[in-house]
Amino acid sequence: MFEAIAFYLFAFLTIAMFYIVVTTSQALYALSALAAGMIFISAFFFILNADFLGAIQIIVYTGAVMALYAFGMMFFDTTREVKEKKGNKFIIVGMSALAAALVVAIFAAPMLSTNIVALYPSSADIGNTQEVGMVLFTKYLIPFELAAVMLLVAMVAGIVLAGKKMDNSITLEDDTNEKVLS
Amino acid sequence: MDTAYLIETVIKVVVLLLVFSALAGIGTYFERKILAFMQRRLGPMNVGPFGLLQVGADGIKLFTKEDIIPTHVVAPIFKIAPVITAATAFMAAAAIPFLPQFTIFGYTVHPIIADINVGILYVLGVMAVGLFGPMLGGMASANKFSLLSAARAAAVFISYEVVSGLAVLAPIMMVGSLSLVDFNEYQAGGIGSWIVWSQPVAFVLFWIAAFAETGRTPFHLIANDHEIIDGFGTEYSGMRWGLFFIGEYANMFFISFVIPLIFLGGFGDGSVLGAFALLGKMAFFFFFFLWTRAAWPDVRPDQLMWLCWKVLMPLAVINVVITGLVMMF
Repeated sequence: MFEAIAFYLFAFLTIAMFYIVVTTSQALYALSALAAGMIFISAFFFILNADFLGAIQIIVYTGAVMALYAFGMMFFDTTREVKEKKGNKFIIVGMSALAAALVVAIFAAPMLSTNIVALYPSSADIGNTQEVGMVLFTKYLIPFELAAVMLLVAMVAGIVLAGKKMDNSITLEDDTNEKVLS
Repeated sequence: MDTAYLIETVIKVVVLLLVFSALAGIGTYFERKILAFMQRRLGPMNVGPFGLLQVGADGIKLFTKEDIIPTHVVAPIFKIAPVITAATAFMAAAAIPFLPQFTIFGYTVHPIIADINVGILYVLGVMAVGLFGPMLGGMASANKFSLLSAARAAAVFISYEVVSGLAVLAPIMMVGSLSLVDFNEYQAGGIGSWIVWSQPVAFVLFWIAAFAETGRTPFHLIANDHEIIDGFGTEYSGMRWGLFFIGEYANMFFISFVIPLIFLGGFGDGSVLGAFALLGKMAFFFFFFLWTRAAWPDVRPDQLMWLCWKVLMPLAVINVVITGLVMMF
């Protein structure tokens, strides 16, 4: 019973939060609702006894949304509303309803036909964390390593692009000070 | 799920909330007294014996003060930001074993609210969410100093979290579990089996990251009085401002429990002596937070980022690699 209550509570909260993200024109509302929604999603992992993934969800997405906040801080005055060009409302609502129905169909179809077999069924004597590790280093080894390499490439590219003048201090540069003083 | 378990959990939650909100208040008293002692002053002396009732006076002041919401702030975010800081601090405490299990009236009590398998990850993750409070408060305040403090909060967050995560990874590899109870059992053999002897680098790194996590003095740049007024707290008044403080002090207490549990043997074999030893270690780490505040200057934001990314993170990675090699061969 508790699981059902928790599931419906967090399902409602998550959908409400992401609805706010999409509809609001206030950058601060959108970002905060995004953070809240991402953290509420971790509740589903905890309900499914996937503790490790739940904790990772919280850690990863707080960091990720924090970076988004930094962008929001740089690009917007977050205390004002952003003026947006709004298209036809019916098209937006219709497309999102269609997309939602498609996602439900995609995930419900194999369940209805009971065509899902767990290749690596979970066993009771090893923990959830170890299971994630085993699947990650057997079935999903190549995607996992590829993702790691891609992240490394992105990081190196970021450092190369941003780090050209990293050793020069902006406040100590002589010509900047002269410009300000003159 | 039986009723006894439910009642027990509710009682534990209430006790934890009451004890640590009270401790957060008394923590401010300790802080003032210790700072005063180190600066050769008296500190609070007038209210009650040795100024002990100063905590109550502060509480009455905070609770009865008018709750001002300035005109141009983003009101919903502004109102919820202090709640995030205080609530996440207490939520993080759900996976911390505060004492060894004990039997009272023939009923065995585990002084941990939820013994989940991923205790250490959960505690660090939820504590990290607490930094959303200062950042949201700063961004919603419509005040330039608050906005600066919010930017610093974001910078601190993305700097320290890598260090604390990588530092704690090496002990996790040795123990082979993420539960804080397992960490404690791994070190139950006495002082010789403490993890700090085999992982001194990880211990120091985690300790430094704890200062950034709680925003204490060497890294107190989020709300640095002499640069940015009170940072995110500038526009707050009354109990909303007080909630930020309850969150900060509760976080200090909880991280002071977590450091000994991971590195310094926790409550040992679970005897009464072990329980008092854990409280003693906690008290030392809490005292160390205040000691540092009296003894050290603050660093600049760029110095903090330099320290975290260019010094501490490589050290933590090297530590993890060496630990892995030693465990393998």
